Amino acid sequence: MTTTFKESIQDALANPNLRGALGRFSEAYKISREKAYAGMDFEAVRDAVRDVKAYGASHLEELAEAFKAKAEAAGAKVYRASDPAEVKAYILALAKENGVRSIVKSKSMATEEIHLNKHLEAEGIEVYETDLGEWIIQLCHQTPSHMVMPAIHMTKEEVAEVFSTKVEEGQQPDIPKLVKFARGKLRNRFLGADMGISGANIAVAETGSLVLITNEGNARLVTTLPRIHVAVVGIEKLVATFQDVQPILQALPRNATSQLLTSYVSVITGQVPNTDGSPKQLHIILMDNKRSEMAADPKFRQALQCIRCASCLNVCPVFRLVGGHVFGKVYTGGIGTILTAWFDELKQSDDIQGLCIQCGACKDVCPGRIDIPELILELRRRLAVEKGMPLVQKAIFAVVNNRRLFHSLLRAASVAQKPFAKGGFIRHLPLFLSDLTDFRSLPAIAPRPFRDTFKEIVQPECKEKAAIYAGCLIDFSYPEMGESVVRVLNKAGIQVVFPEGQTCCGAPARYNGAYETAAGNAKDNIKALLEEDVTYVVSACPTCTVALKDDFIATFESLGMEDAIGDARKLAAKTLDFATLVKKLVDEGRLEFKDGQQAETVTYHDSCHLKRTLHAQQAPRDLLKKAGFTVTEMKECDICCGMAGSYSLKLPELSAPILERKLENIKDTGATSVAMDCPGCVMQIRGGLDKLGSGIKVEHTAVRLAKRLK
Amino acid sequence: MDNLFASFKERAEAVSAEVHRCGTAAEARDFVQGLLKEVGGTALWAPCAFLEAEGRPAFPGLSYDVTRERAAEAKVGISQMDWALADTGTLVVDATGVEGRLVSTLPQIHVALIGADRLLPDMASVLGRIKPSKAGYLSMITGPSRTADIERVLTIGVHGPERLVIVFVEGSAA
Ligand code: SF4
Repeated sequence: MTTTFKESIQDALANPNLRGALGRFSEAYKISREKAYAGMDFEAVRDAVRDVKAYGASHLEELAEAFKAKAEAAGAKVYRASDPAEVKAYILALAKENGVRSIVKSKSMATEEIHLNKHLEAEGIEVYETDLGEWIIQLCHQTPSHMVMPAIHMTKEEVAEVFSTKVEEGQQPDIPKLVKFARGKLRNRFLGADMGISGANIAVAETGSLVLITNEGNARLVTTLPRIHVAVVGIEKLVATFQDVQPILQALPRNATSQLLTSYVSVITGQVPNTDGSPKQLHIILMDNKRSEMAADPKFRQALQCIRCASCLNVCPVFRLVGGHVFGKVYTGGIGTILTAWFDELKQSDDIQGLCIQCGACKDVCPGRIDIPELILELRRRLAVEKGMPLVQKAIFAVVNNRRLFHSLLRAASVAQKPFAKGGFIRHLPLFLSDLTDFRSLPAIAPRPFRDTFKEIVQPECKEKAAIYAGCLIDFSYPEMGESVVRVLNKAGIQVVFPEGQTCCGAPARYNGAYETAAGNAKDNIKALLEEDVTYVVSACPTCTVALKDDFIATFESLGMEDAIGDARKLAAKTLDFATLVKKLVDEGRLEFKDGQQAETVTYHDSCHLKRTLHAQQAPRDLLKKAGFTVTEMKECDICCGMAGSYSLKLPELSAPILERKLENIKDTGATSVAMDCPGCVMQIRGGLDKLGSGIKVEHTAVRLAKRLK
Repeated sequence: MDNLFASFKERAEAVSAEVHRCGTAAEARDFVQGLLKEVGGTALWAPCAFLEAEGRPAFPGLSYDVTRERAAEAKVGISQMDWALADTGTLVVDATGVEGRLVSTLPQIHVALIGADRLLPDMASVLGRIKPSKAGYLSMITGPSRTADIERVLTIGVHGPERLVIVFVEGSAA
């Protein structure tokens, strides 16, 4: 990571306005968005959005031509531009030809993308943004920090200051007055402009229509008052039929601003009369700018399903700490990282892709059903291929890929914790080897790994067998979690085996773009786990479970290792996370817990992978209740704890405040203990609470349940 | 119909629109007259079916000659809508004629007249009825103009009207 990038993170973190405002907003957003979807099936809506947009993305050329024919038949002029230079040249020539001196614009990310204003202003044309947020940032020469709310990073005091210094002295930090002031000042700009420039939220091929979705009413003025209307439209806005606008109209306002519908939706088809009755010139520029290249990429095509609602920013635990400007570009947040990599170039995303903590919160709310975290991993992988991996990292992954060496290092580390923690080398190894104790205490390496203690567990002979996949953390730091899994399963009549050949699940490598290493790990594990004749493969680490169920397959697919996929699927079909398996056994009547008196009040932390990839949020809660615990919910129970593998090493400045917030929410419940299903989260949260000297107990659900067996 | 109206009213009021219902066209004229008197300033009424059926009332300050200059000056703009959607409190209108657009965008107050029989349940029902090939500029209006661009604080009335007064008229005129 570059030092300037690290500095920009520090600056953002030091800005209390930013953190306060975004933090409050993201909390309120979650609730208001849910309310906006009341009585509506979000999953069905987003299936429809995905279908409509996916069709568009795979028929770009066809739809663009159909749109052009229809819109031109209705009197518009349609210009297809392949790159930003063509768009700018077209608009400039048009302005010159028509003696345009002044332009009003309504909000358009496509024109931000190509820095249109700068180009026109350099030619002596006045350009006024009229969306309030866009106007504010235009006045202070900034870029939008958020796709929907461009000036969300500023306080009313800062806005008053900008208005006072750039427009007219003496503005007070009073929001209604500031809004009125903007209305008054921009009114004359609307009336005096020769050209209006807008974007479009949707372009309908079947009818040649543009759909504009706004709240302030500026787009209606931009498209009504000036005698020329230019719409700059990215070709990913194309949909096939007029009916296709419906799911987008349902999803966009609800997801973007928690509204049932925005104040205004305008559908413009061809030429309409000017205010003097003459026909208005309508120019529609269909801009490609790498979008067809993106559509041709099987991995990234889905990014064109984005409807620019910005909810992926609103729910991102990192975005709400640092805001948009750290991303340094026009498009911000998770999807912004992906768009920057394409619209600018891959290496521009080198630093910012590292901001993604891979918690999956964005994927859960995205109305386009885009797998944003997966696409960011793919960027990481391509960056690693393009630049090559740093030598040190390469050496580390070579070690991880050699199970015997890796494991003997870990054993050695348990004897002498420290020697390995020196220099850059060990810091990048799986986390428990690190000496980083700034904000949380790290666990020690257990004196004996689970693979050794396992052999001493006396198990009943059972007909049914399960293989346990421990994963590095349980194996080498938290053997008691593994032992608990064995005890619980034994009680249900399942004998547990430990396949010796198992090794690191490959997640650290994969999350760092080292797919070859991840594939090596995958192959070793598949071999080891399929060798056993078992009904289930069970893991008490959600990240490992996801690796076994999904990532092995995805990694092989990415690398074109078709031959390996069949076995990966076989393993995936057998694999279950601990809570889901145990819930199943309880439901089948094979397992009971001590009932009677209330054991204790616990609050539950949802681990990212368990909730959002494995969708197992209910099972652990049900099990804890069955085992006599009172479960009390914490605020934001499913927001990442900030651990995320090596993230907490690379970006401790972000990991720490994310953890801080989690700890506050835990403490606020008044519960005496907190349960969770991920050893990584246990490490992060236990360490954090230890540091605070809190007496709140932190336990894996397996450990809690094992103590309540009947 | 009463259910649709109740739902429309609830949704529209939730986004700060004002919703009224008049039993006859005459009542609607009286309502408009009362409103103009109350708010003062000048008013502009865009051509519409209501006026064709009922004639053009002469109220002080009210003009029918819609120009951009007058619209920019006017306190009140009056126009007629084509459909109302109960589930979102939305008005839908073919706004191809520029007069209707001027009186609903520039003045501070927009009075939207609509026939009580023009209520539809939802977006799907209107999308099946409107044809972009027949209307160059379709507008959907849900509440007055709004912004939350400064500190996420909702503020009504930025570039468009700060009041949206919706008048349902029973009978066939509107
Ligand atoms: S990626 Fe999804 S959530 Fe993010 S802006 Fe696009 S549509 Fe919205």
